[in-house]
Parts: sequence; structure tokens; C-alpha cells
Amino acid sequence: MRDETVRLALPAAGEATERPISIAIVAMGGQGGGVLTDWIVQLAENHGWVAQSTSVPGVAQRTGATIYYIEAMPPLDGRKPILSLMPTPGDVDVVMAAEFMEAGRSILRGLVTPDRTTLIASNHRSFAIGEKIAPGNGIADGGAVTGAIGIAAKTEIIFDLNALAIAHGSVISAAMFGALAGAGVLPFSRDSYLDVIRSGGKGAKASVETFEAAFERVKTGPTEVAAPAPTKPADDTPSSAAPDPQLGALVARLNQELPGPALGMARAGLRKVVDFQDVAYGGEYLDILKTLHAADRNAGGDAHAYAFTEAAAKYLANAMTYDDVIRVADLKTRASRRARIESELEMSSGQVLQTTEFMHPRMEEVMGMLPAGFGRWLGARPRLLGWLDRRVNRGRRVRTYSLPWFLALYVVGGMRGLRRRSLRHAVETAHRDSWLKAATEAVGTNYQLGVEILQCRRLVKGYSDTHSRGLSKFDRTLAAIKLVERREDAADWARRLREAALKDSAGTALDGVIQTIKTFA
Amino acid sequence: MAERSFAREVEDLRLGDGDTFRGEGILAITKALLQSGVAYVGGYQGSPISHLMDVLADAKDVLDDLGVVFQSSANEAAAAAMLSASVMYPLRGAVAWKSTVGTNVASDALANLASGGVTGGTMIIVGEDYGEGSSIMQERTHAFAMKSQMWLLDPRPEHECIVNLIEKGFELSEVSNTPVMLEVRVRACHMHGSFACKDNVRPAHTIKDALNNPKRDVNRIVLPPAAYEHEQEKIKTRMPAAIGFIRDNKLNEWMGPKHGKVGIIMQGGMYNNVIRALQYLGLSDAYGNTQIPLYIMNVTYPVIDTEVAEFCVDKEAVLIVEEGQPEYLEQAINTVLRRKDIQARVHGKDVLPMGGDYTAQVLLGGVREFLEKTEPRLLGNRPPAPDAAPVLNHPAVEKLKQVVPARPPGLCTGCPERPIFAAMKLVEEELGQHHVSADIGCHLFSILPPFNIGATTMGFGLGPASTSAFNVKADKRSIAVMGDGGFWHNGLTSGIGNAVFNKHDGVFVIVDNYYTSATGGQDILSSRAVNKRRKTNNSIVQAVKGIGGQWVRQLDRTYDVGKMRDTLKEALTTKEEGPKVIVASSECMLNKQRRVKPQINKAIKDGTRIVKERFGVDEDVCTGDHACIRLSGCPSLSVKQLDDPLRDDPVAAIDNSCVGCGNCGEVSEAAVLCPSFYRADVIHNPTRWDMFKSRVAMSVIGWLQRRRDRRRPALEALA
Repeated sequence: MRDETVRLALPAAGEATERPISIAIVAMGGQGGGVLTDWIVQLAENHGWVAQSTSVPGVAQRTGATIYYIEAMPPLDGRKPILSLMPTPGDVDVVMAAEFMEAGRSILRGLVTPDRTTLIASNHRSFAIGEKIAPGNGIADGGAVTGAIGIAAKTEIIFDLNALAIAHGSVISAAMFGALAGAGVLPFSRDSYLDVIRSGGKGAKASVETFEAAFERVKTGPTEVAAPAPTKPADDTPSSAAPDPQLGALVARLNQELPGPALGMARAGLRKVVDFQDVAYGGEYLDILKTLHAADRNAGGDAHAYAFTEAAAKYLANAMTYDDVIRVADLKTRASRRARIESELEMSSGQVLQTTEFMHPRMEEVMGMLPAGFGRWLGARPRLLGWLDRRVNRGRRVRTYSLPWFLALYVVGGMRGLRRRSLRHAVETAHRDSWLKAATEAVGTNYQLGVEILQCRRLVKGYSDTHSRGLSKFDRTLAAIKLVERREDAADWARRLREAALKDSAGTALDGVIQTIKTFA
Repeated sequence: MAERSFAREVEDLRLGDGDTFRGEGILAITKALLQSGVAYVGGYQGSPISHLMDVLADAKDVLDDLGVVFQSSANEAAAAAMLSASVMYPLRGAVAWKSTVGTNVASDALANLASGGVTGGTMIIVGEDYGEGSSIMQERTHAFAMKSQMWLLDPRPEHECIVNLIEKGFELSEVSNTPVMLEVRVRACHMHGSFACKDNVRPAHTIKDALNNPKRDVNRIVLPPAAYEHEQEKIKTRMPAAIGFIRDNKLNEWMGPKHGKVGIIMQGGMYNNVIRALQYLGLSDAYGNTQIPLYIMNVTYPVIDTEVAEFCVDKEAVLIVEEGQPEYLEQAINTVLRRKDIQARVHGKDVLPMGGDYTAQVLLGGVREFLEKTEPRLLGNRPPAPDAAPVLNHPAVEKLKQVVPARPPGLCTGCPERPIFAAMKLVEEELGQHHVSADIGCHLFSILPPFNIGATTMGFGLGPASTSAFNVKADKRSIAVMGDGGFWHNGLTSGIGNAVFNKHDGVFVIVDNYYTSATGGQDILSSRAVNKRRKTNNSIVQAVKGIGGQWVRQLDRTYDVGKMRDTLKEALTTKEEGPKVIVASSECMLNKQRRVKPQINKAIKDGTRIVKERFGVDEDVCTGDHACIRLSGCPSLSVKQLDDPLRDDPVAAIDNSCVGCGNCGEVSEAAVLCPSFYRADVIHNPTRWDMFKSRVAMSVIGWLQRRRDRRRPALEALA
């Protein structure tokens, strides 16, 4: 049948088989897609074209992804073109994406094709709920979108339109309109775009500035930013001596005792540990690290770029700087903290700042601060503990910068002298020691497994219940690793366990992997 | 106060002869009603028809000038019953709602209306919520039109055609004494276009005239024996009258060549996409100059036998383009052709999909297959049609499928319903999972992540009624959620009254946000705004008590997560019998911001002392476990990657869209999450006392901070 038809010459139906210019705007609710759509329609109508736009105002369905669609074309001898209400895959001239993953979604919908589509997309991210709720890092890989754009788009105009709009005091729709003008896909002059914005009245000035900045950005490419002067020493070079002689000695030790690949991490770790407690605690950190590094060397760490030592430098520091009441109080009362908030809020001199903390101390936290012996004594008396808990355990709104509350926090923040004798410290130290022991034992026989066990420390985080859940996941993971430790692929299983544990908060995925392990171990 | 103000657009309703209207489809429809001389309008909001209701609500002056009565109906049944004004009197009236859900609610009244028939023209504008963007279900209004015998108009998506059909539709209704439905699909409702206006028409007969001169006619009432007569009348009088009018006034359209071996019959609403598909096949130009004969049914019920026969008689095959299922038109046309013994073969759902949108892409495939089967010569040398397949099959794009995250709709920033569901999550952790019946409204989003609450949704206001089977003694109680919109729509009787009467022991949560927020924030009985034209501020609690509810708790600040949790726990565990009703009230944040933001900005400008609140996260205190996000899901609560080699996971962060509702702080306090959240209060235009207090406190604090900083080891060497 086909062969027969292919040879037939069939003239075009009418004079104009050309199609209207089609523009799809993919955005989320609240990104101003409607305003941008209206501007484009008006732009086309101002030139005597027939323009049609459609959308689905998801009245309540905020934050869901949506498509605004525009078609426009000049009339022919007074006849209006028949315009479509939805974009057809493979037949869209311009796709404008107000967010980077939405650009990806438009490619998946087939709206971006290399024969005709100009893709204008902002590469900033607005994370989807699924990316945010993972207990670990659930952020989607933007690189995959970049790769697909290279395949799908005829022309690409990709930059952070959102940042540009904010910098000029406007919203992303104005920046996108500017980028559209700059792209030159529509046969309209720059001035006619500006006329449309100006006729809008309110907020026109900021919109015009944003439009112009985006237009220039498209025309001239990114403005050259001077490469920042390297202020930090490169990771594997020893750093200069510190002004504090004791700390200086530690830095010298660090440089001397640890291998090149671990130096950067160890410096960050040492900094965190000293900041958490004191210089002596930093010394302890280096002592432990030295022992771990020795195990690493014996296990042939040289061949593995001392990955074990590097992982130890990272996770040991995190383990040693557990989140206790003293640390929280200290962080909340620092001058740098207030300065950070003031700059985030863009405060001006005529304004006054106060902050309120939402704290919910429980008896557990108080007990953790007590000397270990006393704490254990109290822990063995549940009735007394319950009585005390009823007095302590409630939500407290702490007015950080009122004198009484600040003093209270300040005093607690200054209690580091008590920390090393506290019950919490004893518990943390014991937990840390057994974890490091397991890792050290493993690294001797299965290098990668040793590294994986160190990395499991990532599972311990949060406060109160979240912290207990993290600990329980950590314990279950280490117990499951024990079951497979003699297998050659033990490290793979350890990695799988850890990744599963970070997938959901209840540990369902983790339990699944553990069940699998139990079928063969 | 509706979500969007149409104060400017309302001016377009005053346009007259010689003016050109430019704007949204739904506004064009409103204008067409005024051009048709309606005496009264009503309806119930819901996408895609909300804007019509909002425009009417904002158009008081225009309507008053014309003497048009506007009612915001309590529900669709109330709106349909309102049309009874046209039964005895020559009054033109129109109502609007979302279909098919609204038509379901209205169908009792519609059946009675259609039985007795009408004197004045009546029109039901339905926003056909089918396919992409459909928020409820994949059904068709067509079935309702057929079962009650009401004429169904399905105009080409073009303003001129829609407006014309509304004007003609009223005449059709009057000529045939039958209500007429006009369906417009979602995108057509929100389509920008233009048409040449006519002057608005004052109703010849007004509601006032009718009240002053009451009439009754037993033959128009649905009571035996008149009711039996109605059926005969429908068949013998009204249907033939309608068919005659539709034919004489050429409401259906012929396009393209008069003759051809094949032709296409379509619903009017499918026209634009059919033309585009034909264009891809080289069979039409962009202006609708088609090479294939087209019969466009702007009236899809009744089917005009003679027109169908005339179109098909010289053809070997026809394609029927009818969106949705079942294929009513295809069946009807087959019947016509068989009865008249016309041999044209009928294609339709054999080459087109049974369900889903008929986009240009889908139609391209269907029309091509139809022509391949029937008249392949027309396909000529097959110009290349748009095809995204090569791109979609590329490995780099395939990979993207795994990467691009789903973006389900969710509650807005600062939504007062979020803390209710956070509290429910906390109760779930303590008392275990419960059976939860959800309802229509914003709160339905609780079914999605991060809350994952709710097992069923049975219809607007029917959340409570859908737990009624669970009225037995068990270890756990059922929980039903319903909004204030659903409560007034019917939930007061179908839900609460039902539970009281049947002594249902369950828990009933009424989410009161002062508006029907999901449909765009319209006022309802319990709205707390002052609305000059309506009586608002009627208490839900009093209504519940009035109907016999005993255990009723009112929470006037949903953001108090701890109290919300405790109240829910009490409701689930109390020994008291009968329904446990919790009314959780806080204003819809979207509406509140729109109301309050301009006031605040003005006050700050005027130098008044204003405290602005915003939340923040101390990034060094946050450990990145995201438990707070799992209990909140606020769009302004996000994550960010820190520039710290010791950190693997991103920490929580609050962006500048935060409205300071307090939910995250409350949740972290009630759930004992972590101390990273803080509320920052910025006092604008502080008083001297504010400044003095702050200066004194900060000088002491500054001294203490410097003292401690001096004692810290200098860590710069480790930077």
C-alpha cells in the first residue's frame, strides 16, 4: 500500500501549510507562567497576529508541574488560523522552562527536538518533595538534564534566570521574557517586547531591568567573572604554623603523621573537633587517627590512596563532635550566628532582631550532661527519672537575645569543662570505640569493607528519637555486615545496606536488604 | 474573597456592538450570557468553572444595571434546582459547575427539570473536566444529557463559535422546552481568544415580574399523570422541535469539499486538533482549508439523522472523532446508517484510543490509520510528520526518566492544614495507623507524600459519610476528614447528621480555612470575612451542635501542633459515645497573604511598628536527617548542600518565601525533633523602647560573646 502511495505527487492543500509559531512554558504553580503567557500573547497581537494561549490553572494544585501553551500566526486574507490547544511532541518552536528538572521533564514529554526547538531554561533547582524527604541525599542529578539537552535541543539558552531576576528585584517571568527576546526566535523587535512590559504598569520598572539584563545575557554570553584568588591552601600541601602554639603543634603533627590524601579531610576534622571541645581533644583526635592510619598502612593502604585514613579523618571527627546540649547552646550564642541571620534577612540599621528557639529538652539530655556515675545511678531509678522528666520534658520557646535566656544558654554553652566526664561522653566514646574496632579488624582482611564500616557512621544523626532511630539503623547495619564479613563481596553488601538505610526513615528498605542477606548468610 | 480579583476583566462585560473582546474563554462565556438576556445566574465553583463564578461575584454593578440576579449556590443540586424559575416563567437562566462531579450532585434536580420542561431558556454550562488536568474522574457529561434528554452543545474551541452557540442555545431551549447543556473542556475554558461583541440585553421578563405575577400549571409538575405525559412530550414534541431548530439554524457545520470517498465526523470540541492532524498529513492548511469533508457536531445530542445521512450517503467510509468512552456517538451514527441502509463504513474507536485526550498527536495516528485503511491515495507522498521518538529513544534521554522527580501537587507555603496532618502523623506514631477517609479539597493532598494519610475519597463532603460502615466497636476508631467547603456543600447532613443519628463512634475532623480554598477561595457560610452581599460568620461548631453533636472541640489555631495532636488523641481514646467532631480552624494562607501583605507593606511605609516573622534553620545545628520535612512538606522548607567536606547530606533550609506560619517550629517542638529551627522576628519602625532594650541586651551579649571568642583557639590555620 505504501509503495503505491509514495509515488503519488500530492500538492499541498492550501497556500500556507506552514504552521504557527508554538511556545510551551513549563513551570510550577506560582512561578508567574500566566503573566509570561499574557505578555507573549499581547506581543503577538500588537503585531496583528492571531494568538491563542491555553493553560490549566491548577487552582489549588500549587507546586505541581504544568504547561502553558501559546500558538501565534498572522491571519491570511482576514482568515484566522486554527490553533491547537496542546503542544504536539516534535512540533514546538520554543520551550521555556522555569526550573531545571522541568526542562528535563519537557524533554521527556518530547517537546524538545533537535530539528526545531529552542530551549530556554533556568538551571536553578527547586527541589521536589521526593528529593527532600530522603533521610540521606535525595537530590536528583542535574548532569543528566544537561546531557539530554545537548541531544534534544536545536538551540539552548541555559543560565540561572531566577538568580538574575532576584538580583534585579523581579521575578523569573521577566527574565524569561528577556531571554525569549534575546533568542531572536520571534520576528519582533526588542522595543516591542518592552512596550508590552511597560503597558503592565505596576512593577514595570524592575521587570524592564530584569528583561534587559536577561536579554544582554543571551546576546553576550556569561559575563567574565574573575577567577577567585586561591585563598585556601591546596588540600595536600602542609599549612603554615598557627598563631596558637598548642594548636600549631597539632597542625605540625597532623602534617607529619598523616598521608597526603587524608590531609585536607584531617584538617577539617581537627578544626571541628577543637572547635567542639578544646585543643587537647584535638590531640586525642590525632592520636586515634594515627592508630587508624597505622592499621591502614599495614593493610596496604598505599595502594588504595589511604582511603581508610581519609574516611576515618572524616567520620571520626563527626563521631567525636556529637550533638549535645552544650554544643547547641554554644552554637546558638555565637556572635557569628547572629551576624549570619542578620545578613540572610538583609536587615537594615533601623530594625531590631529577636529570635525564638523551639527547644524540647528531655530528661535524657539533662542526664547526658551529668557525671557518668551519677547519670547511671539516676538511670537505674525509673520512678525518680519519670518524676524529673515530667518537670523537664516540655517544649520551650527560648528568646535567644533576651538577657535571661541568653545567659542561660551562655552558661550551658560554657560547660565544656564537664563534658568529658559526662554520661553522654562515656556512651559516645564506647560506641565510637566498638565501631572503630570493627573497622580496624575488617580493613586488615578486606580493605574496602573497612572503609565501608567507617562510612556507616553517616547513619547516626539527628536528635532524640531521630537520633535513636539513626543509632538503631547503624547497629542493624553493622550486625548485618558481620554476617557477610567473610565473603569477598562483603564491601558491596555493606554499601548496599548503608544506601538502603538512607532511603527511608522507618528503615523498610534496610530491613529488605537484611532479609536478603539472611537468605544466604 | 476569591483568590483572583476580576475587577478589571469585569469592565470587559460592559463592551457592546463594535467592540472586540479579548480574553479568557470563561469570560467570553459570561459575556455571552449577558448578551443573551439572562434574568438569573448561579452555580457552584470548581475548576475549570471557578473563574466564571468569580467574575459574576465581582460583576455586581454590571449585573445590577441589567437587572440580573446572581446566586452563589450552596452546591450543584441547589444551582440546578434554581433553574426551576424558568419552568413557569419566560425567564432565561444559566448555571455553571464542574462536570461530571457537579452534574452527579445536580442530577436529581436536572431529571425533574428535564421531565417537566422549561418555558424560559435554561442553560447549564459545564466545565468538562476530562483528560489532562482532570482533577476528579474520566466520565462524560454526554450520558447525563442522553438519560434526562437535555441537549448537549460541544462548540468548536473558538470564542466566536462558543458565544454564538450560547445565544442560539437559549433559543433552542425555548423552542423545544428543554434545558440545554454547554460543555467546554478545561483548556478551552482558559483559552485566550477574541470575538466581536454585541450589546448586553436586559431580560425582557425579570424575576421581580415573575414574583409579582405567580403562575402554576399542574401539567408541568412531575406528578402522575403529568409525569407520564412528559415522556411522550419529550419524544413527540420536544425532540422533533429541537432537531428542526438545530438543522434550520445550521448549528452543526460542514467544512471542506462537499463530496469525497471518505469524511470525518467529530465533536465540535475536537475540531482544532483534527485540523492540526490533517495539516501534518498535508490535507489542510493552517487556516482550516481542508481536503477532506468534515461534519462538525457542535450539538452532540441529539444526533440529527438527516444531516448524518446526507454527509455519509456518498462516502465509502467515515471516521468518528469522539473523545472518551463509551462511544455514544459512534453507536448512534451506526444506528442511523443501518436504519437508512447507508453503506458507508464507520471507523472510530478501532483506529483511535478508547480513552485519554485526543491531542493532535493522537489524532494524527488515528486519521493516518483510517486513511491507510480506506483511501491511502490521500496520504500522497507522506510529508514527514512531527516525531519525537528518535529523541525519546536516545540513551541520554532514556536515562533522564530515572532522574526527573515526580512533582505531585501539595499544600501551599504556610498552609494551615499542614500542621493538622503533621499532628495526625504524630498520633499515628503513637497509636498506630487508622482508617482515614479523605475528602475533596486541598486537604486531599494529605494522601500524597510526605503525609501519606487517607485511604479513600468518595466525593465532595462525603468523607464522613464514607466512614459510616465502620460503625462498630473495635480497638481503633475511624477518622474522617472534611473541609469547610464540603461541610456546607452537604457534609453537615450526609456526614455529621448521619453520624449523630446512627451513633457513630468515629472521629470527624473538619478542616476550616474560612473559604472554599481548593476552588479559588470563595466565601462560604462560615467565612470570617465581612461580605456585604452575603451573610458570613456562621459557626460550624454551632451547626454541628445544632444537629446533635455532643463531643465537639474547636481549635482556633491549627498551627498549635501539640494541641492538635492531644485533641486527636483524646478523640480517639475517649470513652464518650457518639461522633467526636474536631473543628480545626485557621485562615487559608494564600488568601491571608493576599489580604494582609499589602496592609503590612503600607504600615511599614507609613512608619508603624510592625513585627515580621520568618523561620530559619541553624545549618550547623541541623544534622541533615530531614525528619522535619517528612512531617511538613512546606514548599519553603527545602534542603541545601553545605560547602563542608565533613558533611555528606544536605541540611534543611528555609527560603525567602517563608510566611512565618510557625509550623516547622511547632512540629519540631511537638515531635521533639531538633533545636535547629528558630523564628526571627524583625521589628520594622521600632519604638525608642524597642531600640533601648535591644541596645542594652546586645551590649551585654556582645561583651559575653567577645569574652568567649577570645578564649577559643584560633582556628584560621586550619581553614
